Amino acid sequence: MLAPLQEPFMQRALAEVVLLGAAGGAIGCWVVLYGFSYAAESLAHSIFPGLVLAAIAGVPLLLGATPAIVLAALAIALAARVAGVGREGAIAVVVTTMFGLGALLALSPRSPPGIESLLFGDVFGVTGADVATATAFVAFAAIALRLLHGRLLVAGFDRGGAPALGVSPTLADVALLVLLAAGIAIAVQGLGNLLVVAVFVGPAAAARQLSERMPATMLLAAALAALAGTAGLYLSYYAGTAGGASVALAIVVVYLLSLPLGRLRAIRRGRTLLPAGATIG
Amino acid sequence: MPAEPLIEAVGFAAGYDAAPAISGVQFALREGQRLALLGSNGGGKTTLLRAILGELRPLAGTLAVHAACGTVPQTERSRLDYPVSALDVATMGTLAGLPWWRRPGRRERAAAARALDRVGLADLAPETFGKLSGGQRQRVLIARALVQDARVLLLDEPFSGLDRPSSERLEALIAELAREGRGVAIATHDLEQARACDLVLCLAGRQVAFGPPAEVLADVGVLEATYGGAIVELPGPRGGRAILPPHHHHDHGHGH
Repeated sequence: MLAPLQEPFMQRALAEVVLLGAAGGAIGCWVVLYGFSYAAESLAHSIFPGLVLAAIAGVPLLLGATPAIVLAALAIALAARVAGVGREGAIAVVVTTMFGLGALLALSPRSPPGIESLLFGDVFGVTGADVATATAFVAFAAIALRLLHGRLLVAGFDRGGAPALGVSPTLADVALLVLLAAGIAIAVQGLGNLLVVAVFVGPAAAARQLSERMPATMLLAAALAALAGTAGLYLSYYAGTAGGASVALAIVVVYLLSLPLGRLRAIRRGRTLLPAGATIG
Repeated sequence: MPAEPLIEAVGFAAGYDAAPAISGVQFALREGQRLALLGSNGGGKTTLLRAILGELRPLAGTLAVHAACGTVPQTERSRLDYPVSALDVATMGTLAGLPWWRRPGRRERAAAARALDRVGLADLAPETFGKLSGGQRQRVLIARALVQDARVLLLDEPFSGLDRPSSERLEALIAELAREGRGVAIATHDLEQARACDLVLCLAGRQVAFGPPAEVLADVGVLEATYGGAIVELPGPRGGRAILPPHHHHDHGHGH
Protein backbone atom coordinates (compact mmCIF):
# COMPACT_ATOMS: atom_id res chain seq x y z
CA MET A 1 0.00 0.00 0.00
CA LEU A 2 2.79 2.40 0.86
CA ALA A 3 5.22 1.25 -1.83
CA PRO A 4 3.96 3.65 -4.51
CA LEU A 5 4.48 6.54 -2.12
CA GLN A 6 8.25 6.03 -2.32
CA GLU A 7 8.15 7.24 -5.90
CA PRO A 8 8.45 11.04 -6.28
CA PHE A 9 6.25 11.03 -9.42
CA MET A 10 3.55 9.23 -7.44
CA GLN A 11 3.82 11.70 -4.56
CA ARG A 12 3.34 14.61 -6.94
CA ALA A 13 0.46 12.87 -8.72
CA LEU A 14 -1.25 12.18 -5.39
CA ALA A 15 -0.79 15.75 -4.21
CA GLU A 16 -2.23 16.98 -7.52
CA VAL A 17 -5.36 14.80 -7.46
CA VAL A 18 -6.07 15.42 -3.78
CA LEU A 19 -5.67 19.20 -4.12
CA LEU A 20 -7.59 19.56 -7.37
CA GLY A 21 -10.13 16.98 -6.26
CA ALA A 22 -10.88 19.01 -3.14
CA ALA A 23 -11.21 22.28 -5.06
CA GLY A 24 -13.03 20.72 -8.00
CA GLY A 25 -15.44 18.83 -5.76
CA ALA A 26 -16.39 21.98 -3.83
CA ILE A 27 -16.71 24.19 -6.92
CA GLY A 28 -18.55 21.36 -8.68
CA CYS A 29 -21.37 21.49 -6.10
CA TRP A 30 -22.26 24.96 -7.36
CA VAL A 31 -21.77 23.85 -10.98
CA VAL A 32 -24.29 21.04 -10.48
CA LEU A 33 -26.69 23.22 -8.46
CA TYR A 34 -26.66 25.94 -11.13
CA GLY A 35 -27.14 23.44 -13.95
CA PHE A 36 -23.78 24.37 -15.47
CA SER A 37 -22.56 20.82 -16.06
CA TYR A 38 -22.91 21.17 -19.83
CA ALA A 39 -21.11 24.52 -19.74
CA ALA A 40 -18.31 22.87 -17.74
CA GLU A 41 -17.84 20.14 -20.29
CA SER A 42 -17.95 22.68 -23.10
CA LEU A 43 -15.37 24.96 -21.53
CA ALA A 44 -13.07 21.99 -21.02
CA HIS A 45 -13.30 20.90 -24.64
CA SER A 46 -12.94 24.35 -26.09
CA ILE A 47 -9.52 24.91 -24.53
CA PHE A 48 -8.08 22.10 -26.68
CA PRO A 49 -6.53 24.38 -29.35
CA GLY A 50 -4.83 26.42 -26.63
CA LEU A 51 -3.35 23.25 -25.14
CA VAL A 52 -2.07 22.08 -28.53
CA LEU A 53 -0.46 25.46 -29.23
CA ALA A 54 1.17 25.45 -25.78
CA ALA A 55 2.50 21.93 -26.43
CA ILE A 56 3.89 22.98 -29.83
CA ALA A 57 5.49 26.08 -28.32
CA GLY A 58 6.81 24.05 -25.39
CA VAL A 59 5.33 26.36 -22.72
CA PRO A 60 3.26 25.35 -19.67
CA LEU A 61 -0.23 24.22 -20.67
CA LEU A 62 -1.83 26.86 -18.43
CA LEU A 63 -0.46 29.57 -20.74
CA GLY A 64 -2.36 28.03 -23.64
CA ALA A 65 -5.47 27.10 -21.70
CA THR A 66 -6.12 30.52 -20.19
CA PRO A 67 -6.50 32.57 -23.41
CA ALA A 68 -8.44 29.74 -25.05
CA ILE A 69 -10.96 29.57 -22.20
CA VAL A 70 -11.43 33.34 -22.18
CA LEU A 71 -11.92 33.28 -25.96
CA ALA A 72 -14.43 30.43 -25.69
CA ALA A 73 -16.41 32.16 -22.94
CA LEU A 74 -16.58 35.39 -24.96
CA ALA A 75 -17.53 33.52 -28.13
CA ILE A 76 -20.32 31.70 -26.30
CA ALA A 77 -21.61 34.97 -24.84
CA LEU A 78 -21.56 36.63 -28.28
CA ALA A 79 -23.01 33.67 -30.19
CA ALA A 80 -25.87 33.41 -27.69
CA ARG A 81 -26.90 36.97 -28.67
CA VAL A 82 -27.47 35.98 -32.30
CA ALA A 83 -31.22 35.74 -32.76
CA GLY A 84 -32.50 32.18 -32.94
CA VAL A 85 -29.30 30.56 -31.69
CA GLY A 86 -29.85 30.43 -27.93
CA ARG A 87 -27.43 29.38 -25.24
CA GLU A 88 -27.26 25.65 -25.90
CA GLY A 89 -26.83 26.21 -29.63
CA ALA A 90 -24.16 28.83 -29.04
CA ILE A 91 -22.21 26.49 -26.78
CA ALA A 92 -22.44 23.66 -29.31
CA VAL A 93 -21.23 25.86 -32.20
CA VAL A 94 -18.32 27.34 -30.26
CA VAL A 95 -17.21 24.05 -28.74
CA THR A 96 -17.16 22.11 -32.01
CA THR A 97 -15.33 24.97 -33.71
CA MET A 98 -12.70 25.21 -30.99
CA PHE A 99 -12.28 21.46 -30.59
CA GLY A 100 -12.05 21.03 -34.36
CA LEU A 101 -9.42 23.72 -34.52
CA GLY A 102 -7.48 21.91 -31.81
CA ALA A 103 -7.73 18.60 -33.68
CA LEU A 104 -6.54 20.30 -36.87
CA LEU A 105 -3.51 21.70 -35.04
CA ALA A 106 -2.82 18.44 -33.24
CA LEU A 107 -2.82 16.40 -36.45
CA SER A 108 -0.50 18.76 -38.33
CA PRO A 109 2.99 17.41 -39.12
CA ARG A 110 4.60 20.11 -36.93
CA SER A 111 2.91 18.86 -33.76
CA PRO A 112 5.16 17.10 -31.30
CA PRO A 113 4.40 13.44 -30.48
CA GLY A 114 2.42 12.60 -27.36
CA ILE A 115 -0.46 14.93 -28.13
CA GLU A 116 -2.87 12.32 -26.78
CA SER A 117 -1.70 13.22 -23.28
CA LEU A 118 -3.55 16.51 -23.83
CA LEU A 119 -6.76 14.60 -24.39
CA PHE A 120 -6.39 12.04 -21.64
CA GLY A 121 -4.03 13.80 -19.27
CA ASP A 122 -0.66 12.89 -17.88
CA VAL A 123 -1.14 12.84 -14.16
CA PHE A 124 2.16 11.10 -13.51
CA GLY A 125 3.95 13.80 -15.47
CA VAL A 126 2.98 16.67 -13.17
CA THR A 127 5.90 18.77 -11.99
CA GLY A 128 6.62 20.44 -8.67
CA ALA A 129 5.50 23.71 -10.29
CA ASP A 130 2.16 22.11 -11.23
CA VAL A 131 1.61 21.06 -7.62
CA ALA A 132 2.48 24.57 -6.44
CA THR A 133 -0.05 26.01 -8.92
CA ALA A 134 -2.68 23.57 -7.67
CA THR A 135 -1.95 24.57 -4.06
CA ALA A 136 -2.33 28.25 -4.90
CA PHE A 137 -5.58 27.49 -6.70
CA VAL A 138 -6.98 25.59 -3.73
CA ALA A 139 -6.26 28.58 -1.48
CA PHE A 140 -7.83 30.95 -4.01
CA ALA A 141 -10.90 28.76 -4.47
CA ALA A 142 -11.38 28.34 -0.71
CA ILE A 143 -11.33 32.10 -0.16
CA ALA A 144 -13.55 32.80 -3.17
CA LEU A 145 -16.12 30.17 -2.21
CA ARG A 146 -16.23 31.46 1.36
CA LEU A 147 -16.77 35.05 0.25
CA LEU A 148 -19.29 34.15 -2.44
CA HIS A 149 -21.23 31.54 -0.48
CA GLY A 150 -24.23 33.59 0.63
CA ARG A 151 -24.60 35.32 -2.72
CA LEU A 152 -24.30 32.15 -4.77
CA LEU A 153 -26.90 30.57 -2.51
CA VAL A 154 -29.38 33.43 -2.98
CA ALA A 155 -28.91 33.75 -6.75
CA GLY A 156 -29.33 30.02 -7.26
CA PHE A 157 -32.38 29.88 -4.99
CA ASP A 158 -34.39 32.74 -6.37
CA ARG A 159 -32.99 34.64 -9.36
CA GLY A 160 -35.94 37.00 -9.47
CA GLY A 161 -35.71 38.01 -5.82
CA ALA A 162 -31.91 38.19 -5.61
CA PRO A 163 -31.56 41.79 -6.91
CA ALA A 164 -33.88 43.01 -4.13
CA LEU A 165 -31.32 41.57 -1.70
CA GLY A 166 -28.47 43.37 -3.44
CA VAL A 167 -27.28 40.27 -5.27
CA SER A 168 -26.82 40.21 -9.05
CA PRO A 169 -27.58 36.75 -10.50
CA THR A 170 -25.50 37.58 -13.58
CA LEU A 171 -22.48 38.44 -11.46
CA ALA A 172 -22.99 35.22 -9.50
CA ASP A 173 -23.01 33.25 -12.78
CA VAL A 174 -19.87 35.01 -14.00
CA ALA A 175 -18.02 34.50 -10.72
CA LEU A 176 -18.85 30.80 -10.75
CA LEU A 177 -17.84 30.39 -14.40
CA VAL A 178 -14.53 32.20 -13.81
CA LEU A 179 -13.81 29.90 -10.87
CA LEU A 180 -14.77 26.88 -12.96
CA ALA A 181 -12.71 28.00 -15.94
CA ALA A 182 -9.64 28.57 -13.77
CA GLY A 183 -10.09 25.15 -12.20
CA ILE A 184 -10.43 23.44 -15.58
CA ALA A 185 -7.38 25.22 -16.99
CA ILE A 186 -5.31 24.01 -14.05
CA ALA A 187 -6.72 20.50 -13.71
CA VAL A 188 -6.46 19.72 -17.42
CA GLN A 189 -2.76 18.86 -17.00
CA GLY A 190 -3.53 15.83 -14.90
CA LEU A 191 -6.88 14.62 -16.17
CA GLY A 192 -6.76 15.71 -19.77
CA ASN A 193 -9.12 17.59 -21.96
CA LEU A 194 -11.74 14.87 -22.23
CA LEU A 195 -11.85 13.75 -18.60
CA VAL A 196 -11.28 16.92 -16.57
CA VAL A 197 -15.00 17.62 -16.31
CA ALA A 198 -15.41 14.40 -14.31
CA VAL A 199 -13.83 15.95 -11.22
CA PHE A 200 -16.16 18.96 -11.39
CA VAL A 201 -19.38 17.03 -11.88
CA GLY A 202 -19.07 13.46 -10.55
CA PRO A 203 -18.19 13.98 -6.88
CA ALA A 204 -20.62 16.89 -6.57
CA ALA A 205 -23.45 14.89 -8.10
CA ALA A 206 -22.66 12.03 -5.70
CA ALA A 207 -22.49 14.30 -2.64
CA ARG A 208 -25.80 15.88 -3.65
CA GLN A 209 -27.46 12.49 -3.18
CA LEU A 210 -26.16 12.23 0.34
CA SER A 211 -26.60 15.67 1.85
CA GLU A 212 -29.25 18.38 2.08
CA ARG A 213 -27.15 21.37 3.09
CA MET A 214 -24.68 23.16 0.90
CA PRO A 215 -21.63 23.34 3.23
CA ALA A 216 -21.92 19.63 4.05
CA THR A 217 -22.38 18.77 0.37
CA MET A 218 -19.25 20.74 -0.53
CA LEU A 219 -17.11 19.11 2.15
CA LEU A 220 -18.36 15.69 1.17
CA ALA A 221 -17.76 16.30 -2.54
CA ALA A 222 -14.24 17.51 -1.84
CA ALA A 223 -13.53 14.41 0.23
CA LEU A 224 -15.07 12.04 -2.32
CA ALA A 225 -13.08 13.64 -5.15
CA ALA A 226 -9.82 13.36 -3.23
CA LEU A 227 -10.64 9.77 -2.33
CA ALA A 228 -11.57 8.82 -5.88
CA GLY A 229 -8.44 10.53 -7.18
CA THR A 230 -6.26 8.53 -4.82
CA ALA A 231 -8.06 5.29 -5.64
CA GLY A 232 -7.68 6.00 -9.35
CA LEU A 233 -3.95 6.56 -9.02
CA TYR A 234 -3.48 3.31 -7.11
CA LEU A 235 -5.49 1.47 -9.74
CA SER A 236 -3.34 3.00 -12.43
CA TYR A 237 -0.11 2.14 -10.57
CA TYR A 238 -0.95 -1.51 -9.99
CA ALA A 239 -3.09 -2.29 -13.04
CA GLY A 240 -1.06 -0.25 -15.48
CA THR A 241 -4.11 1.65 -16.71
CA ALA A 242 -3.93 5.27 -17.89
CA GLY A 243 -3.76 7.71 -14.96
CA GLY A 244 -6.43 10.25 -15.96
CA ALA A 245 -8.84 7.58 -17.15
CA SER A 246 -8.41 5.60 -13.91
CA VAL A 247 -9.24 8.68 -11.84
CA ALA A 248 -12.29 9.36 -14.00
CA LEU A 249 -13.36 5.73 -13.61
CA ALA A 250 -13.03 5.93 -9.82
CA ILE A 251 -15.17 9.07 -9.83
CA VAL A 252 -17.86 7.30 -11.85
CA VAL A 253 -17.78 4.38 -9.38
CA VAL A 254 -18.22 6.81 -6.46
CA TYR A 255 -21.18 8.37 -8.23
CA LEU A 256 -22.79 4.99 -8.95
CA LEU A 257 -22.34 3.96 -5.31
CA SER A 258 -23.98 7.17 -4.16
CA LEU A 259 -27.22 6.40 -6.02
CA PRO A 260 -28.45 3.45 -3.90
CA LEU A 261 -27.07 5.13 -0.76
CA GLY A 262 -28.99 8.30 -1.53
CA ARG A 263 -32.14 6.29 -2.18
CA LEU A 264 -31.74 4.45 1.11
CA ARG A 265 -31.24 7.69 2.93
CA ALA A 266 -34.33 9.22 1.35
CA ILE A 267 -36.43 6.24 2.36
CA ARG A 268 -35.12 6.31 5.91
CA ARG A 269 -36.01 9.98 6.15
CA GLY A 270 -39.53 9.25 4.97
CA ARG A 271 -39.11 11.05 1.70
CA THR A 272 -40.30 8.24 -0.51
CA LEU A 273 -41.81 9.61 -3.66
CA LEU A 274 -45.28 8.33 -4.25
CA PRO A 275 -46.63 7.99 -7.76
CA ALA A 276 -49.04 10.73 -8.79
CA GLY A 277 -52.46 10.26 -7.25
CA ALA A 278 -51.30 7.79 -4.63
CA THR A 279 -52.37 8.31 -1.07
CA ILE A 280 -50.88 7.18 2.19
CA GLY A 281 -52.81 4.77 4.39
CA MET B 1 -52.58 63.15 6.77
CA PRO B 2 -51.26 60.35 4.61
CA ALA B 3 -47.48 60.28 4.39
CA GLU B 4 -45.51 60.14 1.15
CA PRO B 5 -46.51 57.01 -0.81
CA LEU B 6 -44.18 54.02 -0.64
CA ILE B 7 -44.84 53.38 -4.33
CA GLU B 8 -46.36 55.78 -6.81
CA ALA B 9 -47.05 55.17 -10.50
CA VAL B 10 -48.14 57.89 -12.91
CA GLY B 11 -49.11 56.93 -16.47
CA PHE B 12 -46.64 54.08 -16.22
CA ALA B 13 -46.00 51.55 -18.98
CA ALA B 14 -43.40 48.79 -19.13
CA GLY B 15 -42.63 45.59 -21.03
CA TYR B 16 -39.94 43.24 -22.19
CA ASP B 17 -39.38 44.86 -25.60
CA ALA B 18 -40.74 47.95 -27.36
CA ALA B 19 -44.36 46.81 -26.93
CA PRO B 20 -45.66 47.46 -23.40
CA ALA B 21 -46.95 44.47 -21.42
CA ILE B 22 -48.69 46.88 -19.06
CA SER B 23 -49.74 50.47 -19.68
CA GLY B 24 -51.71 53.28 -18.12
CA VAL B 25 -50.74 52.20 -14.61
CA GLN B 26 -51.61 54.87 -12.08
CA PHE B 27 -51.73 54.17 -8.36
CA ALA B 28 -50.21 54.96 -4.98
CA LEU B 29 -49.45 52.51 -2.20
CA ARG B 30 -49.07 54.04 1.24
CA GLU B 31 -47.90 52.76 4.59
CA GLY B 32 -50.24 50.23 6.12
CA GLN B 33 -52.10 49.49 2.90
CA ARG B 34 -52.65 46.15 1.21
CA LEU B 35 -52.93 46.41 -2.56
CA ALA B 36 -54.26 43.53 -4.63
CA LEU B 37 -53.02 43.30 -8.20
CA LEU B 38 -55.92 41.49 -9.79
CA GLY B 39 -55.89 39.95 -13.23
CA SER B 40 -55.88 36.72 -15.16
CA ASN B 41 -52.68 34.94 -16.20
CA GLY B 42 -50.76 37.10 -18.63
CA GLY B 43 -52.58 40.20 -17.43
CA GLY B 44 -49.34 41.83 -16.32
CA LYS B 45 -49.34 41.25 -12.54
CA THR B 46 -45.86 39.73 -12.48
CA THR B 47 -44.65 42.35 -14.96
CA LEU B 48 -45.75 45.10 -12.58
CA LEU B 49 -44.01 43.37 -9.65
CA ARG B 50 -40.82 43.15 -11.71
CA ALA B 51 -41.11 46.80 -12.65
CA ILE B 52 -41.45 47.73 -8.95
CA LEU B 53 -38.24 45.80 -8.33
CA GLY B 54 -36.55 47.94 -10.98
CA GLU B 55 -35.97 45.10 -13.41
CA LEU B 56 -37.84 46.78 -16.28
CA ARG B 57 -37.30 50.22 -17.73
CA PRO B 58 -40.39 52.42 -18.03
CA LEU B 59 -41.66 52.84 -21.59
CA ALA B 60 -43.85 55.73 -20.48
CA GLY B 61 -44.67 57.62 -17.30
CA THR B 62 -42.96 57.15 -13.95
CA LEU B 63 -42.86 54.55 -11.20
CA ALA B 64 -41.34 55.85 -7.99
CA VAL B 65 -40.41 53.36 -5.27
CA HIS B 66 -39.46 55.03 -2.00
CA ALA B 67 -38.82 51.97 0.18
CA ALA B 68 -36.85 48.74 0.22
CA CYS B 69 -38.92 45.95 -1.33
CA GLY B 70 -38.88 42.33 -0.21
CA THR B 71 -40.13 39.66 -2.57
CA VAL B 72 -42.15 36.58 -1.79
CA PRO B 73 -42.00 34.65 -5.07
CA GLN B 74 -44.18 31.71 -6.01
CA THR B 75 -42.59 28.75 -4.32
CA GLU B 76 -43.70 26.27 -6.94
CA ARG B 77 -41.04 27.77 -9.11
CA SER B 78 -38.33 27.72 -6.48
CA ARG B 79 -36.61 24.40 -6.57
CA LEU B 80 -37.87 22.24 -3.79
CA ASP B 81 -34.72 20.11 -3.73
CA TYR B 82 -32.57 23.17 -3.07
CA PRO B 83 -30.15 22.34 -0.23
CA VAL B 84 -31.18 25.00 2.29
CA SER B 85 -33.00 25.05 5.62
CA ALA B 86 -35.79 27.46 6.52
CA LEU B 87 -33.23 29.33 8.60
CA ASP B 88 -30.86 29.56 5.61
CA VAL B 89 -33.62 31.12 3.51
CA ALA B 90 -34.54 33.64 6.21
CA THR B 91 -30.83 34.45 6.65
CA MET B 92 -30.65 35.40 2.95
CA GLY B 93 -32.54 38.55 3.93
CA THR B 94 -29.52 39.82 5.87
CA LEU B 95 -27.36 40.01 2.72
CA ALA B 96 -29.06 43.25 1.72
CA GLY B 97 -27.41 44.98 4.68
CA LEU B 98 -23.98 43.38 4.44
CA PRO B 99 -20.98 44.50 2.37
CA TRP B 100 -20.00 41.98 -0.31
CA TRP B 101 -17.04 40.54 1.56
CA ARG B 102 -19.05 39.72 4.69
CA ARG B 103 -21.04 36.56 5.01
CA PRO B 104 -23.89 36.23 7.48
CA GLY B 105 -22.60 35.39 10.95
CA ARG B 106 -24.09 34.58 14.31
CA ARG B 107 -25.85 37.91 14.68
CA GLU B 108 -27.45 37.59 11.24
CA ARG B 109 -28.63 34.05 11.94
CA ALA B 110 -30.11 35.21 15.25
CA ALA B 111 -32.05 37.92 13.42
CA ALA B 112 -33.28 35.32 10.95
CA ALA B 113 -34.35 33.03 13.80
CA ARG B 114 -36.32 35.89 15.37
CA ALA B 115 -38.08 36.53 12.06
CA LEU B 116 -39.00 32.85 11.78
CA ASP B 117 -40.37 33.03 15.30
CA ARG B 118 -42.36 36.08 14.28
CA VAL B 119 -44.09 34.15 11.46
CA GLY B 120 -44.71 31.20 13.80
CA LEU B 121 -42.06 28.85 12.41
CA ALA B 122 -39.40 28.88 15.14
CA ASP B 123 -39.54 25.12 15.59
CA LEU B 124 -39.15 24.44 11.86
CA ALA B 125 -36.00 26.57 11.43
CA PRO B 126 -33.68 23.58 10.83
CA GLU B 127 -36.08 21.87 8.40
CA THR B 128 -35.25 21.69 4.68
CA PHE B 129 -37.14 24.45 2.88
CA GLY B 130 -38.52 22.16 0.19
CA LYS B 131 -40.08 19.83 2.76
CA LEU B 132 -42.27 22.54 4.27
CA SER B 133 -45.88 22.95 3.23
CA GLY B 134 -46.81 25.66 0.71
CA GLY B 135 -48.09 28.01 3.40
CA GLN B 136 -45.03 27.46 5.58
CA ARG B 137 -42.75 28.24 2.63
CA GLN B 138 -44.62 31.49 2.02
CA ARG B 139 -44.12 32.42 5.67
CA VAL B 140 -40.41 31.61 5.51
CA LEU B 141 -40.12 33.95 2.52
CA ILE B 142 -42.03 36.61 4.45
CA ALA B 143 -39.55 36.12 7.29
CA ARG B 144 -36.76 36.70 4.74
CA ALA B 145 -38.38 40.01 3.77
CA LEU B 146 -38.74 40.95 7.47
CA VAL B 147 -35.05 40.24 8.09
CA GLN B 148 -34.28 42.47 5.13
CA ASP B 149 -36.39 45.11 6.90
CA ALA B 150 -38.39 45.63 3.73
CA ARG B 151 -41.11 48.28 4.14
CA VAL B 152 -42.83 46.97 1.05
CA LEU B 153 -43.65 43.30 0.53
CA LEU B 154 -44.36 42.00 -2.94
CA LEU B 155 -46.20 38.67 -2.98
CA ASP B 156 -46.76 36.77 -6.21
CA GLU B 157 -49.88 34.57 -6.01
CA PRO B 158 -49.20 33.73 -2.34
CA PHE B 159 -52.46 31.87 -1.84
CA SER B 160 -52.37 29.56 -4.82
CA GLY B 161 -52.34 25.93 -3.78
CA LEU B 162 -52.90 26.67 -0.09
CA ASP B 163 -55.61 24.94 1.91
CA ARG B 164 -58.06 27.08 3.84
CA PRO B 165 -56.32 27.14 7.27
CA SER B 166 -52.98 28.00 5.64
CA SER B 167 -54.64 30.72 3.59
CA GLU B 168 -56.29 32.24 6.63
CA ARG B 169 -53.09 32.11 8.61
CA LEU B 170 -51.19 33.84 5.79
CA GLU B 171 -53.93 36.43 5.42
CA ALA B 172 -53.77 37.22 9.13
CA LEU B 173 -49.98 37.59 8.95
CA ILE B 174 -50.26 39.96 5.98
CA ALA B 175 -52.87 42.04 7.81
CA GLU B 176 -50.57 42.21 10.84
CA LEU B 177 -47.62 43.38 8.72
CA ALA B 178 -49.80 46.08 7.18
CA ARG B 179 -50.86 47.24 10.65
CA GLU B 180 -47.17 47.74 11.44
CA GLY B 181 -47.06 50.27 8.64
CA ARG B 182 -45.67 48.16 5.84
CA GLY B 183 -47.09 48.34 2.35
CA VAL B 184 -48.08 45.01 0.84
CA ALA B 185 -48.73 44.33 -2.85
CA ILE B 186 -50.31 40.97 -3.62
CA ALA B 187 -50.65 39.63 -7.14
CA THR B 188 -53.69 37.39 -7.31
CA HIS B 189 -56.33 36.15 -9.71
CA ASP B 190 -58.68 35.41 -6.83
CA LEU B 191 -61.52 37.89 -6.32
CA GLU B 192 -62.05 36.87 -2.73
CA GLN B 193 -58.45 37.66 -1.81
CA ALA B 194 -58.68 40.98 -3.63
CA ARG B 195 -61.80 41.88 -1.61
CA ALA B 196 -59.86 41.41 1.62
CA CYS B 197 -57.35 44.12 0.64
CA ASP B 198 -57.55 47.88 1.14
CA LEU B 199 -57.02 48.64 -2.53
CA VAL B 200 -57.32 46.73 -5.75
CA LEU B 201 -55.69 47.41 -9.09
CA CYS B 202 -57.21 45.50 -12.02
CA LEU B 203 -54.81 44.64 -14.81
CA ALA B 204 -55.46 43.24 -18.27
CA GLY B 205 -52.41 44.38 -20.19
CA ARG B 206 -53.47 47.89 -19.23
CA GLN B 207 -54.88 49.24 -15.99
CA VAL B 208 -58.62 48.62 -15.94
CA ALA B 209 -59.41 50.20 -12.58
CA PHE B 210 -57.88 51.20 -9.26
CA GLY B 211 -59.53 51.95 -5.93
CA PRO B 212 -61.08 50.38 -2.84
CA PRO B 213 -62.45 46.90 -3.60
CA ALA B 214 -65.99 47.89 -2.55
CA GLU B 215 -66.09 50.34 -5.44
CA VAL B 216 -63.94 48.66 -8.05
CA LEU B 217 -65.20 45.11 -7.70
CA ALA B 218 -68.86 46.15 -7.59
CA ASP B 219 -68.55 47.12 -11.25
CA VAL B 220 -69.08 43.99 -13.31
CA GLY B 221 -67.87 45.86 -16.39
CA VAL B 222 -64.51 46.19 -14.65
CA LEU B 223 -64.45 42.48 -13.86
CA GLU B 224 -65.30 41.58 -17.40
CA ALA B 225 -62.53 43.81 -18.76
CA THR B 226 -60.09 42.42 -16.18
CA TYR B 227 -60.76 38.82 -17.07
CA GLY B 228 -61.02 39.53 -20.78
CA GLY B 229 -64.62 38.37 -21.10
CA ALA B 230 -63.81 34.98 -19.61
CA ILE B 231 -66.13 33.37 -17.11
CA VAL B 232 -66.01 35.11 -13.76
CA GLU B 233 -66.47 33.20 -10.56
CA LEU B 234 -67.99 35.25 -7.79
CA PRO B 235 -67.62 33.64 -4.39
CA GLY B 236 -70.80 33.57 -2.40
CA PRO B 237 -71.12 34.23 1.36
CA ARG B 238 -71.05 30.57 2.48
CA GLY B 239 -68.30 29.28 0.22
CA GLY B 240 -70.76 28.79 -2.65
CA ARG B 241 -69.99 30.27 -6.01
CA ALA B 242 -72.05 32.22 -8.50
CA ILE B 243 -70.62 31.76 -11.94
CA LEU B 244 -71.36 34.59 -14.31
CA PRO B 245 -70.77 34.01 -18.00
CA PRO B 246 -69.62 37.16 -19.83
CA HIS B 247 -72.96 37.70 -21.62
CA HIS B 248 -74.90 37.65 -18.41
CA HIS B 249 -73.30 40.50 -16.52
CA HIS B 250 -72.92 42.62 -19.64
CA ASP B 251 -76.50 43.79 -19.04
CA HIS B 252 -75.72 45.09 -15.59
CA GLY B 253 -72.67 47.03 -16.64
CA HIS B 254 -74.58 50.14 -17.75
CA GLY B 255 -76.07 50.94 -14.39
CA HIS B 256 -72.95 52.74 -13.14
